[in-house]
This record gives sequence, structure tokens and C-alpha cells, in this order.
Amino acid sequence: MKDTDIKRLFYAHLFCVFSIILTTFIPSLFLEEFSVLETHLTWLCICSICVTILNVALYLLVKPNPSSKRSSISHKISRVLKSCVYFSISCLLYHAIIVLYGAPLIELMLETFLFAVILSTFTTLPCLCLLGPNIKAWLRVFTKNGATSIWDNSLQITTVSSVIGAWLGAFPIPLDWERPWQVWPISCTLGATCGYVAGLLISPVWIYRNRKQLTYKSR
Amino acid sequence: MRLGSGAFAACCVVIEVLGVAVFLRGFFPVSVRSAFRVQPLPPAPEPAAGMSSNWTQLPPPRFRKVVIMLVDGLRGDFVFGSKGVQFMPYTTYLVEKGFSHSFIAEAKPPTVTLPRIKALMTGSIPGFIDAVMNFNSPVLLEDNLIGQAKAAGKRVIFYGDDTWIKLFPKHFVEYDGTTSFFVSDFREVDDNITRHLDNVLKREDWDMLILHYLGLDHIGHISGPHSPMVGPKLKEMDYILKKIHISLLSKEREASLPHLLVLCGDHGMSETGGHGASSVEEVSTPLILISSAFQRKSGNFQPPEHVQQTDLAATLAVGLGLPIPKNSVGSLLFPVVEGATMREQLRFLHLNSVQLSRLLQENVPMYEKDPGFQQFKVTEKLHGNWIKLYLEGNNSEVLLNLGRKVLKQYLNALKTMSMSLSKQVGQYDMYSMMIGTVIVLEVLILLLLSTPKALCQKAEFEIPLWSSLFSLLFYLMVLVLSAVHVIVCTSAERSCYFCSVSWLMAVGVMMLISALLCVILCLLANVFENVKLPAKNSAASGSSWSGLDLLILFGTLGHVLSLGASSFIEEEHQTWYFLVNTLCLALGHEICRNHFLGKDFDHNLAVEGDFQKDTKKVLQYRNDSVDVPEYDKVHKMSSLELPEGCEKWLGLATPWLILICCRLLRSFNQTGVQWAHRPDFGHWLTSSDHKAELSVLAFLSLVMIFILVQRRCSPVSKVAMALGLLGVYCYRAAFGNVFLPWQRDNKDISKGIIEARFVYVFVLGILFTGTKDLLKSQFVSADVNIKSRGLWEIHSGLVLLAALLLRPHNLPVLVFSLLIQAVMTKFIWKPLKHDAAQITIMHYWFGQAFFYFQGNSNNIATVDISAGFVGLDHYIEVPAMFLTAFATYVGPILWAIHLLSFLSSENNSRSFCGGEELETEEKTENSVGEWLDKSLDVDVIEYCCVVRSNEGSSLGETWEDTSELMESEQEFSNESRLLLLCSDMFHSCVCVHHPGDISTLPFVYMECVFSKTAL
Repeated sequence: MKDTDIKRLFYAHLFCVFSIILTTFIPSLFLEEFSVLETHLTWLCICSICVTILNVALYLLVKPNPSSKRSSISHKISRVLKSCVYFSISCLLYHAIIVLYGAPLIELMLETFLFAVILSTFTTLPCLCLLGPNIKAWLRVFTKNGATSIWDNSLQITTVSSVIGAWLGAFPIPLDWERPWQVWPISCTLGATCGYVAGLLISPVWIYRNRKQLTYKSR
Repeated sequence: MRLGSGAFAACCVVIEVLGVAVFLRGFFPVSVRSAFRVQPLPPAPEPAAGMSSNWTQLPPPRFRKVVIMLVDGLRGDFVFGSKGVQFMPYTTYLVEKGFSHSFIAEAKPPTVTLPRIKALMTGSIPGFIDAVMNFNSPVLLEDNLIGQAKAAGKRVIFYGDDTWIKLFPKHFVEYDGTTSFFVSDFREVDDNITRHLDNVLKREDWDMLILHYLGLDHIGHISGPHSPMVGPKLKEMDYILKKIHISLLSKEREASLPHLLVLCGDHGMSETGGHGASSVEEVSTPLILISSAFQRKSGNFQPPEHVQQTDLAATLAVGLGLPIPKNSVGSLLFPVVEGATMREQLRFLHLNSVQLSRLLQENVPMYEKDPGFQQFKVTEKLHGNWIKLYLEGNNSEVLLNLGRKVLKQYLNALKTMSMSLSKQVGQYDMYSMMIGTVIVLEVLILLLLSTPKALCQKAEFEIPLWSSLFSLLFYLMVLVLSAVHVIVCTSAERSCYFCSVSWLMAVGVMMLISALLCVILCLLANVFENVKLPAKNSAASGSSWSGLDLLILFGTLGHVLSLGASSFIEEEHQTWYFLVNTLCLALGHEICRNHFLGKDFDHNLAVEGDFQKDTKKVLQYRNDSVDVPEYDKVHKMSSLELPEGCEKWLGLATPWLILICCRLLRSFNQTGVQWAHRPDFGHWLTSSDHKAELSVLAFLSLVMIFILVQRRCSPVSKVAMALGLLGVYCYRAAFGNVFLPWQRDNKDISKGIIEARFVYVFVLGILFTGTKDLLKSQFVSADVNIKSRGLWEIHSGLVLLAALLLRPHNLPVLVFSLLIQAVMTKFIWKPLKHDAAQITIMHYWFGQAFFYFQGNSNNIATVDISAGFVGLDHYIEVPAMFLTAFATYVGPILWAIHLLSFLSSENNSRSFCGGEELETEEKTENSVGEWLDKSLDVDVIEYCCVVRSNEGSSLGETWEDTSELMESEQEFSNESRLLLLCSDMFHSCVCVHHPGDISTLPFVYMECVFSKTAL
């Protein structure tokens, strides 16, 4: 059971990684003058939409947490709506945090907001998919020994690694190398993306290596 | 040898300071100076073989009048490059076709105005330390050209940068200084000089005219060398040069000597417009000498020759018939004297060489071996022969050829000597630097090795000093180091500071180094012995590091590593803001976790909160000797209540509040290099249009400061504080920064000396009360409360001083600093129970961040020197330096003193607790013993132990331990469980084994409670 789960996790993650890599190449076939650095905002939109669609599709396909109780359609719709609200709240929250970190308040608002959106896509969206709009469950997962399945573990790893990636991505900004990728917020978004990809790749490996130690309490 | 932590730290600091001082002495090279300061030497007579020459006086001047036109920030390519051709046509014409000599003069770093003026006028090379003195240019005491000119009765006129007037206060017969402080002004600074020109050029009553134009440098600072404003400014300079030149030419008569016009720059500018460093653009400046005495340039234009900026002093001295400044390391620009006769030329060169060789003799220990000096000695002899031939009337081709040969040799010797003198200045004293580094590193390692001991309870250090002093290694080390010292000092080619100290001192330092090394080795050996034993424990403790610990550790390490890149030094504020923000988020996470998830934790807190109530009841019970079950019920009921109310939400909001404060503060003062030009709130406030807003803000800030500080003051200092803050506002009003409500039209802007001194009185008063309390706690009574009260007094005194010294738009920074301190204390440090190390590092981070929030940076130009003049009517060195240093480091100092006071008051309450516990233990035992004696039969209580929770472990862990204990020891009765439960509230548990007679237990418990609440 566990091994098959890990396999599914691994393939799902691999799929995500490939889709992110493809977003850097495919659009240049359709759009003229597309490049990740120069038309960064376009890439950000494409990437976040891609990851969103993929995450939702994978969730529907894989169904990591088979819910036992039957739920009505209205319940499902309310869940979806709730998730959308949560997602936008998380975007705004990330935006606020980024501004508090020193991003300009008025100029470059769109750039900052898109950075917040992509960060939400990498962190909040998987949470919404896997745990649903349920703050208590989120808090449970993000505490020590709070994971109840390998999906929770992988969620922890990818979320933390994408946030850390974005955090580390801010470091090259003050350097005077005058490179195009030092422009706000490119280094941070690239950092977040790299962190997310690294998290996707690391988590199956880590779970596989620690599969003996990982015992989940059923709650 | 045993040392307390205080004594140990003091020793380390003293040795560290010694090491740093030795290092700095080697790092800042002392400029080359001549020892003869007082009596002017007679000019060197002409050398002559056999008979003595009759020419012992100085040669007569070659020019009648000299005009020096110094353009600040004039870069080499502004004149000789494409910009010169485009914007300075007249100068270009003079350079290519006119009677002129043009050079590119290399300025030595630091390329800042003051050291450059010194270099131009004394010919010496000022060290980096002069860059610090750039703000406070004291009178130039060194032998210099202006001084010589004045002594020779020349009349010097100066217009331009007022740095000159500070340097030469009594030398000019007429002057008009322009302050270079207002960088945003391009036009006024130069018009202020030019308006005098017409008048002065008409007159005949001067010999030397110096003009220092600042506008170009200001343009560079604001918008760089490629700014569209540079062109018109260069055109203006060209026009002025043309005007001066034509007027000088028109006044030249046949009989009199020609005039000399010098166009030069003090330093260049980098591609971004700044200067100070040593890039090619910054050090290359044009130097153009124009005079009708020179040969007209032939058609083919050659690129200008590279010379040193210091050469100008010697050249001008020779040209004006003055003695060459003693400390000049420059060599004569030979083309200038080419028109003279051969005898005169040789005489000039000889004078210059004699001056340089004297300087060489005084500054280089092995000067005889210097190739330049040897060459000079040979040439001098040859020169003597030439004079002999000349005086004998020989006038043949031979004499001419010999003369040319002597000339060439002189020029070579000059060049070599000048080079070796410049090297003296440019090189570091490696030996002293290494000694300093070794001492500093050894102390650092010692500190690192003793950190584990410092963190443990006793805070005492076992320094194996005596054993290491008697070890063989120590003596061997001393011997080896002394040998190295002797070898280095005897073979040194240049003067070395550490070799010049007395040998006793040197041996002392060597012994210090070896002793430190031996101590370190001993400690290392101890550590390795100990490591093997508790290896298991260390592995266990490694995993207990929380996220906050990791952040603090890696943040501090990362900051240190980031200093390897120059951009991170320039933009260090970004690193600190980033780290502080992350710290706030991490704290927010911790608070969230504690409030929402740590139910146990909450429960604990609740129990603790209800404790007071309970104990009162228990006391009653005891008095009425009511039995326990009732109490048990009461207690259970109370413990079921969860904490409600705003406390929790305030705690949750705190990190966000701090984050918002930091974001606001960040936009108060833009600093650093890349984003320094961005508009910020501070500039907006200080502009004269927003004086009313600034007044309101300053007033509100002062009120806030009072509210935040007065909580911890004694009533007397509360009054003093209020009056002092009022005085601060009056001072700012008198200074013209803010309005007073009753005085709308401020006619007289005084310096506010009375107001400032009024505030100083209160500052000193508050500090005095604080110090008195501290001393009292140290010597008279051992009451720890007085100590922390004294520290808080000192804290508030320093806050008042900071309010006085900070510029009015920075007062909100002070308010935010106090606010963050207060909020963090109340909602973060106290409830979350961080340990001292965590709190210390957080204080350090915030202190550093506030250093930059104030608008400081690692650039020396951001130091606010005006703070040094608050309440002083003229410059007094010691208080001005102290005040400037305090105003610069207000942030770190206030956070450090807050840390001290906070830790001391926390320590108080903790040691209070600890003391109580001990007392409790004794009392309990005593009373139990008494009770046992009284009550007859049983030995119910075998022993009673108090297990105090360790300092480090949090409440939750203790709780768990206790509950485990409760689970495991099922034979405990209800009452003993209650005992465990309640005593856990004091972070301690009293476990009573073999509870035979149950009725004894509440008695023990209540005994315990009683003694606790009594205190």
C-alpha cells in the first residue's frame, strides 16, 4: 500500500516538474519574443495557471484522501467557493508580507502581486487540494509530527522549500552585478520555482528513505 | 585560576582592544613627516668642488603672479577627452597650440577633497585617517606652500570651498568661503566665486589667487559624469579660464616677470559620480600650467604625461622662489623651468633633491642603500664639478654636455627618491598587523571555547593559566617569537611600529601571545577529553533546536558571510531588515503555535494565572484547617477555564505590528548606495515646505517617548524627563527646525545653546540617579531591585539624550524603537520564555537594524556631525566626538542598555523565584520535621525533595514529565496528585514518597504555598 502510494506520489510530482519545465519552452512556439526573463510576467501567469490546472487534475485523478462520507453537490460547490476565497486571501496575505519585507508599495504593484500569486500557487493551492478549506487541518499538518499520510509529508516539504526558495531568492538583489534576473521580482519568483521543483523532487526520495520511521497515527 | 564571567569578559575585551590597536597602527600608515618642524633650514647652498659657491640664497621667482584655478571633481577626460573638445574649446586650444604644459596628475587615494588640498599644497601624501578628518578640517600645521608664501610676504587671495579657510585661517589677505555642504546647489557655489573675479583681476595688490570651484563635483554627486548638466558647467569653466588668461596676458609688461595660470582638479569622479576610492577615473585629474614663459607648442599634439599630484607643490615653490615644503614627496615638473639657464635649472633640481634626500634620511632606516639616494650623492659631486668649471669661465661644448648629463641624472634620482618615499606611505606595516591579528584571533578562540561554560549556571571559568605558564611550550614559544622579532626588526627595510617600541614591551606582548596560545591548547585538550564522555547527550540535545534557534544561528552566520561581498557591505541595511522581518515572522509563527495548538501550554498558563486566587483560598483553608477535597474541587473548576480576552489577540498581533513599524521605518531614511537616491519620508519632512508637519510629528514623538519611558522611572526622574523633553522641543524650535505654537514668526535663529544645556542638566541628573542606584546595589545593599531600577534610569537618561541629539525627523525612529522594545517585552519575551542567549541575539539584530533605520550606512559620509555641536558654541574635541559617536550609534546603544536592564530585571524575578524555592524547601523540611517531632507515631515522610525545573526546559516539558510521573505512580492518592499538580505551577514538583498518612500531605503542600506567597 505504502510503496504504491509513494510511486503515485513520485509520478505525480514528476509530472509537475515536467510541466514547469515545459512552461519555459512551449509558449515561445505560440508567442513571439517570449522568454522567461524578458516577458517575465507572462511566464508567471502561464506557470501559475499550468500548476493550478495540473494540481487540480492530479487531485481529481489520484484522490489521495478518499473521503468516506458522501457529500452533496451543494457541499462540493461550497467547498470549491471556499477554496477560491481562501486562495485569494492567501494571495493578499503574501502580497502584504512581501510589501512588509520592503517591496515598493505603489510602483511595481502588479509584479509584486504576481509574485504573491505564484507563491500561493506553490503553497496554498496544494494545501487546498489535499486538505480542503479547513484551517484546523492545515495547522495540524504544519506542526511537528502532525502528518497523517505521505501526502501530508510531501505537502510539508514542498511548501517549506518553495517559501525558503523565495526567501533565498531575495539575496542576489542588492548585488551590483547588473544582471537582468536581479530585477524585482524575478530572482524571488525563480527562487520560489526552484524551491518548489526541489521540494517536488526531494519529497518522494525523502519519504522513500524514511519509510520505515514514518508511522502515521490514524486520527 | 578561577575567574567570574564578568572578570573574564573584561580581560578578553582589554586584550582584544590591545590587539585591534596594534593592528590599526599597522594598517593606517603614518604619513611621511619631517622631524624639523620649528626652525626653517637655510636653503642648501650650491654644491661646488674645491671652492665654495657664492650662490647660497634661494633662486629668484620665475613668475610674478600665480592664479590657481581648482575645479572640484574635474576628471582627466573632461579636458583631454571628447568632452574637452566639445565643451572647453579655449582650454583645448591652449593645450594643443598655446604656451602651456599639460599633464595628467594622479591623485592618491583617498580621493576626497581635504586630503587632496593638503597634497596639493604640502606635496605630502595624507593617509586614510585624513578622510575621517575631512569633516573637521583643523588648521594645517605642516609646512606648506601658502604658509611659505605668507612668510615671504606674498599676498594670497582665496575664493571657493571654505575647507581652505579652515586649513589656512590666517593666511589669506582676502577670502570668501562657500560651504560645500549643500550638494544640491550647482549655480550659487560657482557664481559666488566668479562675482569677485572682475574686481580682483583689475587690481595689482596680490601675488597669488586661488579659486576653488565646487559646482562640477556637486553635479557629479547628484547625477554622474554623463549628466547633461556637465557640459554647460564645463563651458562655464572654460569661459572663466579664458577670462583670467586674457586679463593676465593684458597685464604682462615687457620688463616684468610673466604670470602663471594653473588649471587643475583635486580628484576625478567615478562612473556613478562619486569619489573616494582609487579607480582610474577617480585618480586621474588634469594639470595644465599656462604661461607666456613657456615654449609655444608645436603642431603635433602629444598625449599628456602622467605625473603625481604632489609634484605641483614643489613646482609652484620653485616657480615663486619659495623654499619647497619640507614634507613634499613630489619632484619638480621639469618642463616648467626649461626656459631658465643651465645653472638655474641645476640649482632648482639640486634644491629639490636635497629636500627629498632629507626626508628620505628621516623616514627610511636604510636610506643609504636607496638607489635614489646613492644616485643623488654621485650627481651632487658631478654638479659640484660642473659649477667649478662654470665659475672658471669655461664656456665650451663640454660644459653644456656635462650639464645635460647632470640634469638627466638629477631627474632620475628625483624620480627614484620620490617613488621610494611614496611607497613608504602606501605600504602597510605587515608585521604589526600580523601581531594584532594573532592576538585578536587567540582571544576569539578563547571566547568560543568558553562559551559552553558561560551558558551554564555557574558562569565561572577555570583558566589553566598557571599550569600553562610553567609549561615547556610556553618558554619555547617565547624564545621562538623573540627570535622572530629580532630577525624581522633587523632585516626590515622600512620603519615598523612594533620594532620601534621598547624591547620590554615587545617581550611582554610575545609572552602574552604565547600564554594565550598555551591556555587555548590546554582548554582544547580539556574539551576533547570531555567530548568522549557525553557524546550521547550532545546528539540528543542537537535535535532539540527549535526553528527560532536555527534562524538566529544561520541568520547571524549568514550576515557574517555576506560581508565578503562589497555590495552586501554597501547594502548591509537590507540584510538586517530582511533578517529582522524574518525573525518577526518566526516569532509570529511561534506565538500562533502556542496559542492555537499548544493547548497544554495554554492550560498551564491558565493554571498559573489562577494561582494567586487559589493560594489565597488555600491560606484560608489552612487557617480554618479545612480539609483538602473542597479545595480540590475549586481548583479543578478553575483549571478548566481557558484564557479569554484581548491579551491573546494582542500577543498574536504583536509580530505584525512590529513588521509594520519596520516597514514604515525603512521608508523613513533611504540609505546604502543603490537606492539611496529614492525619495524618502525624512527628506520630505526636512524640506522647508513641511515644517508644520515636522513640528506636529516631533511634538507627538516627544509625547510618545515620555509615555513609553515614564513607566519605569521614579517620580523625580519622571518630572526631569518631562522637562527635558520639553527642552528638546524648545531647542529644536530655537534651532529653527520646528515651530513653537506661540511664536509663528521666528526671526532669530540662534544655536539654541541655552536650551540644549538645559536638557543636558536633566540628562546628567537622571544618569546620576541611575548610577547612584547602581553603586548602591553594588556596595551598600545587596538588593537586586535597586540595580535594575538604576539600569532603567540610565536607559531613560540615554533616551532623553538621544531625543536631543537625533535630528527632528528621526524622533519617530526613537519612538518606534521604544515601542518595539515595550511590546516585545510584554507579549513575546515574557510569555514565550526565551532564554538569555536568544534574547541577546534578538536585541543585537534589532540594534543593528535601528542603526540603519536612523539613516546611517557603512559610508562615512552618512555620519551626522551636526550632533557633535549640540549645546556647544564652538568645536571642542572630546565632547563633540562623544556626542557624534553616541548620535551615530543610538540604535545599538539603546538596545544594548535595554538588554542589560531587561535581563537584570528578569534575573531578579527569576532569582527571586529560585531563592524562594530554596527557602520553601528549607521551610517545608523544617516544618515537616517539626510536625513530625510533634506528631507522634509514624515516619510517613521518608524524604521530601524539590525538583526544580531546569532553566532551559519549557513549561510544557515539565508538565509532561509530571503527568508521566502521575501515570506511572498509580499508588499516589488524589491528594498527592494535587500536590504534584499544584507544585508544578511553580515549575517544581514536590514528590512525597510513601504517603502513609494522607492528612500530612495538604499540610506540606500548604506549607509550601504559604512560604511562597508570603514573599
